[in-house]
Amino acid sequence: MTSELQYIELYNEASDLIKSKSCPVMNTVRDEAFATFQRLGFPSKKVERYRYTDVDAAFAPNYGISLSPLTVKPSAYIYNIQEAPIDVTPYYHRIADHTDAITALNTALVHDALLVYVPKNTRVEDPIVVDNWLRGTAATMMNRRVLIVMEQGADATLIINDHAADKQRFLTTQVIEVFCHDNARLDLYEIEETTPLCSRFSNVYIQEGRDCNVKHNSITLFNGQTRNLCDVYLQGENSEVTLNGCAIATGSQRIDNNTLIRHEVPNCTSDELYKYVVDDKAVGAFAGKILVEKDAQKTSSHETNANLCASSDARMYTQPMLEIYADDVKCAHGSTVGVMDEAALFYMRQRGIPEAEARTLLKNAFMGQVIDQIKYEPLRQRLAVKVEKRFRGELEKCDDCRLCK
Amino acid sequence: MLIIKNLHAKVGDKEILKGIDLTINDGEIHALMGTNGAGKSTLSNVIVGNPAYEVTEGSITFNGQDLLAMSTEERAHAGIFMSFQAPIEIPGVSMTNFMRAAVNARREALGKEPLKSTDFLKVMREKRKLVEIDQKLMNRSVNEGFSGGERKRNEIFQMAMLEPSFCILDETDSGLDVDALRIVAEGFNKLRTAETSAIVITHYQRLLDYIRPDFVHVLINGQIVKSGTAELAQQIEEQGFDWIKEELA
Repeated sequence: MTSELQYIELYNEASDLIKSKSCPVMNTVRDEAFATFQRLGFPSKKVERYRYTDVDAAFAPNYGISLSPLTVKPSAYIYNIQEAPIDVTPYYHRIADHTDAITALNTALVHDALLVYVPKNTRVEDPIVVDNWLRGTAATMMNRRVLIVMEQGADATLIINDHAADKQRFLTTQVIEVFCHDNARLDLYEIEETTPLCSRFSNVYIQEGRDCNVKHNSITLFNGQTRNLCDVYLQGENSEVTLNGCAIATGSQRIDNNTLIRHEVPNCTSDELYKYVVDDKAVGAFAGKILVEKDAQKTSSHETNANLCASSDARMYTQPMLEIYADDVKCAHGSTVGVMDEAALFYMRQRGIPEAEARTLLKNAFMGQVIDQIKYEPLRQRLAVKVEKRFRGELEKCDDCRLCK
Repeated sequence: MLIIKNLHAKVGDKEILKGIDLTINDGEIHALMGTNGAGKSTLSNVIVGNPAYEVTEGSITFNGQDLLAMSTEERAHAGIFMSFQAPIEIPGVSMTNFMRAAVNARREALGKEPLKSTDFLKVMREKRKLVEIDQKLMNRSVNEGFSGGERKRNEIFQMAMLEPSFCILDETDSGLDVDALRIVAEGFNKLRTAETSAIVITHYQRLLDYIRPDFVHVLINGQIVKSGTAELAQQIEEQGFDWIKEELA
């Protein structure tokens, strides 16, 4: 518990500079968030939701902090928060967990934010795409903030791609707050394709009103160390949420997904499917809690975490949780951890399919179920190809990014 | 083509094969009969190279090559095929993709270009008709939701696609009704050439009515204790194995 000190010093030295580059809505909550961080420190493994990730170690190296302004290419529905077309005060840092140290640190240090704003009853046909490029000539810390406001009846698909463009150590913190007003629909895809030198701490908070439908897809194709949190608050009746996760880890990569779906009102549906393939010495962790509050009658909820340990040195931790305080609900949860099916491997090899190819086919088949859930077809096809390439070991760098070539 | 000498093999700590000698020439069909647990399936698995079985002594040569030094897939590329007793399901891998990977892997090993998609589908269509297997099964995952009969038919279909020179039919007749047995056996007969040789493992004379063996061997307790011609199978069908055991004692 020593890594905090450098961030506390950093804040004491640089907070005026950060504030000068930022805007009132962000500065208003900054000092308080810093005080929270100072009080909490980095969570140790004794903190339930951080038990699978060594946060202190991840934040220990000396990173330079990036304060370059957020560049937003002019496009519909995407804004730099400093040029927001709406008052974002009712949204910024409102549903983000004020007791989470990473969220607090992000709120203290972040100087710029991205706003995705879809006005009332607007249906956006083509997906809105956000490409994040990690660039730097020295080890760099990036603090990223995204605010997504879906007004009543808004409907959009948002794809957020994370790339690392330089072979450099990057530490990213990210907080995304999603507000879905009544009858809004959002498909949110987060696709990480970085490098083994990258550490990522991402906290996503989603609030749904009545008759909403949100799908969140978290896809970790290539990374270093990743810890994703996703919290969903179902606050209006007849709303749905789907959380899908695809995690592929090889080498000494680590992927830790932690989710919470809180049913606060009756008649909502949640569906969750996370699949992992961990190989070599990689470590995967999944902890997902479904919380059904006292008044949330007629809740329907289904949570599955299925995992394939493709090598004897790979490790998987899984913890599906159900907490139910209502008495008329339909909930199911479960998890499995399996190894490669030796009988299937033998069958395929007897037909002449080389062992490596047979393993690839089996891993691909296992992950296919999650990829099939992707609704936006061009993305589904692209990811199907990428996942297969990943299993063939052909995805060492992001192949469609010009910067890598 | 296949020469087995003094073959000993075990699964875990249990020795199953205790010195098998068997020579199979090109074009010969050898039936292998015997009591449950005698080692028939073990012998098949050792020939095709199932990693769960360990050879402790002896040798197998196939067309002059040391078979035991070859990997499972290399043996398949050399022309060895096994029709499994209980073909397993592979969820998520479509029959078409599975077959394409298998056919092209063998072609690659033989120094041939992979089949073009249209050519591959054409071959699939032709071979499918041969064993009367439904197109809709080809769009499913390997063996997923297939009935017992469909699975066995699918094995012979795969044999048709891969055109092996040496086949093992491991209880291909089990779980088949009379009509399905006829289709599967006739499929095999249509596919075999004058050079194709095979080991046919069965408990019943029925299959051997369709696939006439040149030789019949009786395997008891890990050893071939009696060999003969097709009449031996007939005799076993009528009298069982006890008279052979008595002869041994």
